[in-house]
Amino acid sequence: MKKILALALALVMVLALAIPSAFAADTGRVYWLNMKPEADEALQAMAKVYEEATGVPTKIVTAASGTYSDTLTAEMAKSEAPTLFNIGNGSALLDWDDYALALDGAAVLDELTTKDFNLVNEAGETKALGWIYESFGIIVNKALLEKAGHSLDEITNFDSLKAVADDIHARADELGFDAFTSAGLDDSSAWRFTGHLANLPLFYEFRDEGINTQPATLTGAYVDNFRAIWDLYIDDAAAEKTSLTTATGDQAEAEFGEGKAVFYQNGTWEWSAMVDKFGLNPDDITMIPIYCGVAGEEDAGLCSGTENCLAVNAKVSEADQKATLDFLLWCVTSEEGIATLSSIGDIPFKAAPASANGFSVAGSDLLASGKYAVTWAFNYTPNVDSWRTGVKDALAKYSADQTDANWADVTSAFVDGWAIEYNMVNG
Amino acid sequence: MRKKKNDGTAVNSVLIRRPIQRWFPLFILPTFLCFIIGFIWPFIQGIYLSFCNFNTPRDAKWVGFANYIKAFKDAGFVHAFQNTAAFAVVSIVLINVLAFFIAYALTQRIRGANLYRTVFFMPNLIGGVVLGYIWAMIFDAILKRYSTYLTANSTYGFWGLVILVAWQQIGYMMIIYIAGLQSVPEDMLEAAKIDGATGWQTLTKVIIPNVMPSITICTFLTLTNSFKLFDQNLALTGGAPQVIMNGAKVNMTELLALNIYSTYNISKNWHGAAQAKAVVFFILVAVLAIAQQTATRRKEVQQ
Repeated sequence: MKKILALALALVMVLALAIPSAFAADTGRVYWLNMKPEADEALQAMAKVYEEATGVPTKIVTAASGTYSDTLTAEMAKSEAPTLFNIGNGSALLDWDDYALALDGAAVLDELTTKDFNLVNEAGETKALGWIYESFGIIVNKALLEKAGHSLDEITNFDSLKAVADDIHARADELGFDAFTSAGLDDSSAWRFTGHLANLPLFYEFRDEGINTQPATLTGAYVDNFRAIWDLYIDDAAAEKTSLTTATGDQAEAEFGEGKAVFYQNGTWEWSAMVDKFGLNPDDITMIPIYCGVAGEEDAGLCSGTENCLAVNAKVSEADQKATLDFLLWCVTSEEGIATLSSIGDIPFKAAPASANGFSVAGSDLLASGKYAVTWAFNYTPNVDSWRTGVKDALAKYSADQTDANWADVTSAFVDGWAIEYNMVNG
Repeated sequence: MRKKKNDGTAVNSVLIRRPIQRWFPLFILPTFLCFIIGFIWPFIQGIYLSFCNFNTPRDAKWVGFANYIKAFKDAGFVHAFQNTAAFAVVSIVLINVLAFFIAYALTQRIRGANLYRTVFFMPNLIGGVVLGYIWAMIFDAILKRYSTYLTANSTYGFWGLVILVAWQQIGYMMIIYIAGLQSVPEDMLEAAKIDGATGWQTLTKVIIPNVMPSITICTFLTLTNSFKLFDQNLALTGGAPQVIMNGAKVNMTELLALNIYSTYNISKNWHGAAQAKAVVFFILVAVLAIAQQTATRRKEVQQ
């Protein structure tokens, strides 16, 4: 008898430590599982303002860098699951479609300036809202370009870019700087090429074929253009071609920041590093589109897109869903909300103020002058990490020895790799 | 022999023992609960999930053995399995032989033996991920002279991993062997000397049988370590290079643990298969470890 009593007492003791403070209110709750660690501080402050103003319990939790999908899986299994969460791309949408509320008709959609960044499922329902976007292209140091006797106006397509780069590379010793920064294939840098640069052949292929969902196979129609621009990157740079696998992203950034190269392929997120960390003159740097020799590319703009799409959890109570949608609307219409979001990056909302990021401004100017936006076609990549690894390994092999046979392996990793990954993911 | 009468102050006194006997659940319960929450329950749930299709554990749907079939049909898994087996054999032999001889050398009263022991042990204090990145740089710097690089083919990656792990673990095993060697009874060694045994005879007939417990421990540790190897594998090559073989992708230098990890991340259709691989992996390591324990235990001698 006493044994049972002891057991019961021990149980009570342990349970008392773990009583959940679950007092569900009718107002619903907001729980945003945030993917951007760099935005955590700003978002927390905003959540506090919102909670004080409305009384709706608002919680924002930020997953540690690189652990978002693990954290999301774990949090979604809990009873107090996130009401607002991130879906990175079309591939992730296939995994989380059941969990995402169809946003069609929600007031927050009317606040968008473009629907390009939203995620739409195969049934045509808008499932996630692209709330922040980024652009990438080739960052140019105009001051160095002029020092080498060239100007930005010369560069309008692949041939003119190649002419300028070849000339600078040929005179690198005399000038003291080279054309391109190192095209590192270390994991910290490889995504710039297997992800971002590979977007160009993908984008043009999808545009020709009118594809707007994840395709099962690729034709690889523009893989040769990929080769042309990759050759340019590695031929017209100081970096050794056999040591690209260990060349890092920081290395390339530093080469550009320290004025050792004129061209550097990266995105709008590099602005503050260039201006604040390396102290480059904001007037000396700009971003131009990536040219790879596709007909009509003179009219291309920057590659713009996002991996930050917010979805409302379809499996929480209706009160929670409503509270979350109200919160989202407040974020993009209220003064505090817009100020916070725009401090994190470029946002596609009507109330957004003008950008302070020179690269974003360059991108907007291109669009304003009638150039076409190159969307992030790579968002459809099946099993994206594995596909990119295949392309990276083949690129590394090709870079060490630029033969047609080695390029055939890149093409195979690109085209056959896609089909294999597609079958894997859907198998 | 008759029991001594208890005076009530000894630890095994009835007055102390009885309350402990009666109230022990109170004391073990918190730890036991933690053990259930942190180990037993996830373990059972893990096995259950290996028979399900799931994205989060909440929406698991029973599918029977489909995940196991899928796991074994995966060319990458089979390849990782072969890799791991080869790696385990090579590293067990290499690490134990080298660790034993370093330990043997360092127990021969040479100058600065303590300093050497410390130095050899130190690599073990560095984390696997850091080691992976450092060695990747070292190997690449060397291979650059021959116009190639670490992830160019699977041979470099495999032997690179062997060198890394040997470098990391030899020091640890060495410490265990040193302890074993120091406990070899001095009189046995002396008797061997008097009987005119050669150095080799002393080693094989006296020393090795006496350090058999250390060998059991060290082979067990190296065996399980090589099967469970993850962070060094991830950081050194990450499985690269990836090649397409018979219409399937294979990461040439991927070991089992890393393969399971990357399987999970393919898509929600593969969560169950990754879980099934993990269960197979557990059974494999458990069976091998038990088999190895019984095999080496039999050779141990009583001192």
